[in-house]
Amino acid sequence: MSLSKRKLSYGLAINEALCQIMEKDMSVFLLGQGVKSPWYVGATCKDLLDKFGENRVIDTPISENAMTGTAVGAALIGMRPVAVYPRMDFMIYAFDPIINEAANWHYMSGGKSCAPVVFWGIINRGGEQAAQHSQALQSLFAHIPGLKVVAPSTPYDAKGLMLAAIKDDNPVIYIDDRWLYGVEGDVPEEIYAVPIGKGIVRKQGKDVTIVAASYMAQEAIKANEFLEKQGISAEIIDLRSLKPIDEELLFESVKKTGKLVIADGTWKSYGVSAEISALVSENIFKYLKAPVQRVALPDCPAPANQVLEKAYYPTKDNIIEAVKKII
Amino acid sequence: MDYSKEFLEKLYKMMLKIRFCEESFVDPILKKEIQCPVHLYSGEEAIAAGVCAALTEKDYVFGNHRSHGHYLAKGGDIKELIAEIYCKETGCSKGRGGSMHIIAPEKGFLGAAPIVAGTIPLAVGSALASKIRKQEAVSVSFFGDGATGEGVLYESLNFAALKKLPVIFICENNFYSTHLHIRECRPPAPIYKIAQPFGISSIQVDGNDVLKIFKIAEKAVRLCRQGKGPFFIEFLTYRLRGHVGPDDNIQGSRADIRPAKEVEEWKRKDPVKRFEKFILENKILEETKIQEIKKQIQDEVKQAHNFAKQSPNPLKEQVNKYVFK
Repeated sequence: MSLSKRKLSYGLAINEALCQIMEKDMSVFLLGQGVKSPWYVGATCKDLLDKFGENRVIDTPISENAMTGTAVGAALIGMRPVAVYPRMDFMIYAFDPIINEAANWHYMSGGKSCAPVVFWGIINRGGEQAAQHSQALQSLFAHIPGLKVVAPSTPYDAKGLMLAAIKDDNPVIYIDDRWLYGVEGDVPEEIYAVPIGKGIVRKQGKDVTIVAASYMAQEAIKANEFLEKQGISAEIIDLRSLKPIDEELLFESVKKTGKLVIADGTWKSYGVSAEISALVSENIFKYLKAPVQRVALPDCPAPANQVLEKAYYPTKDNIIEAVKKII
Repeated sequence: MDYSKEFLEKLYKMMLKIRFCEESFVDPILKKEIQCPVHLYSGEEAIAAGVCAALTEKDYVFGNHRSHGHYLAKGGDIKELIAEIYCKETGCSKGRGGSMHIIAPEKGFLGAAPIVAGTIPLAVGSALASKIRKQEAVSVSFFGDGATGEGVLYESLNFAALKKLPVIFICENNFYSTHLHIRECRPPAPIYKIAQPFGISSIQVDGNDVLKIFKIAEKAVRLCRQGKGPFFIEFLTYRLRGHVGPDDNIQGSRADIRPAKEVEEWKRKDPVKRFEKFILENKILEETKIQEIKKQIQDEVKQAHNFAKQSPNPLKEQVNKYVFK
């Protein structure tokens, strides 16, 4: 089947995924804060209420713990809930149902029952929103056995991974970033899935591997434009899934280039970048020709002030700097 | 008499089954044949038996850390239960869950978990699913008085009331959150009243009187099926054993922090003995028949222990099995 393509923004790609799957699968429903609002969760929930009604598009009270538990309970009897958190920071109230219940459920019931919920957290940073409206918590979730974690960076993957996450029988943490909502790209009109656990080579290269996910994959592509002009051939890997992580793709690239820059939008300590670095040194140490470089958030809460925000969030410049250190 | 002889006999048998099952763990715990933490339900049997008698297999139940009774009353298999408490591969959770994670989804017992109040929103979720699917099923959440200290209970009451969900909140108030008496956890106001600000019908009922329990549960189920849920019931009861294990906090320590006089008073209100007296006085069953029933159930429990003891442990190579589906 040929997939017909046209341009769509990241936000509308998520919207299309939800719309198409809710039409097809009656067990899918959406709940969370702001799903009725035209602005709260970007354009991602556009028209859903009109199409599917209040029974399946549930704008909830501000009760993340109970609302998340509700999604888990519904999933245990065969529903496919998508629970949205317009700011990922709010998910901390829901750690109990996500971690204690959903993540453990299949294991602790000896495989008798599972909780296929999509927990969709939005990194809603920027705009001087400060420490409780800006956090990127994917490392916390990726630490937990039983959870899958995806973080798409393109409209194509945003749609395909949302559909894959809904279809998956396990709880999936789906992470997007407000800074990606305006990104446009080719998106097939049909229903399709991007496999969870598979990364993609965005650009082939031979001198250095830049591995990234979510918004940092976009920054890596921007960095590459500069590096190319300098005659540096970077291979860019967009992981798309943080757990399971596509080790094979990562190792293959690092074996080829011998140099690795990890560009990650979460805190440096004990996080995604630490894990990738450990995997590489544990498994393919002998191929490394230079120390692994990490571009990540400093170990500091998100600031409000714009000057501080600029200093805080890593960009293509930090990636370029890291590459130059080892080239 | 409002109830048939068969119904009363069934109810009595279920209470006995739970009691004998629970008491059968005491010896193996003290001998350390069972090491997994076991929260015995002895003394509270009437609630599980009475409530579940008002449900069908299509209704849903979520339990907590003290849920052997809920599991059995909802129709869960006793061999698989006991094997799980020995953490064997043949257990209802394949030895991965133990006593606090028992499950029988095929009977509508959707699971138990020991995070206090953690399963309350799950029952709200199964009720929401029933509403979305336009199914008649009612969901029941069993929790203890300790759960009234958790915020998620109030969030759940709010949402269930807002959406008029078919869920029955059942608080088994046994007056102790592990070691701490309720007067040290809550101001002296009855628990059932916490549902009222949400417009939820609620009531306090003697949790050691199985017929009263059945009657109120039947009413709650009927209302939920008519779209008039949710409903909240506080049952006053008492555990005859410790918080965990036979005696008290430290499993097998043979000590109880509760006043001896208080324990003795509640022993006189033992729900199983109380119902047995009713059965005899109303000539539902003869004494000889009762002895026969007791023997049958004791045999069933014994066989389940033998089955569990002879069952294999999970294979160590399969420690990672079931992390993902």
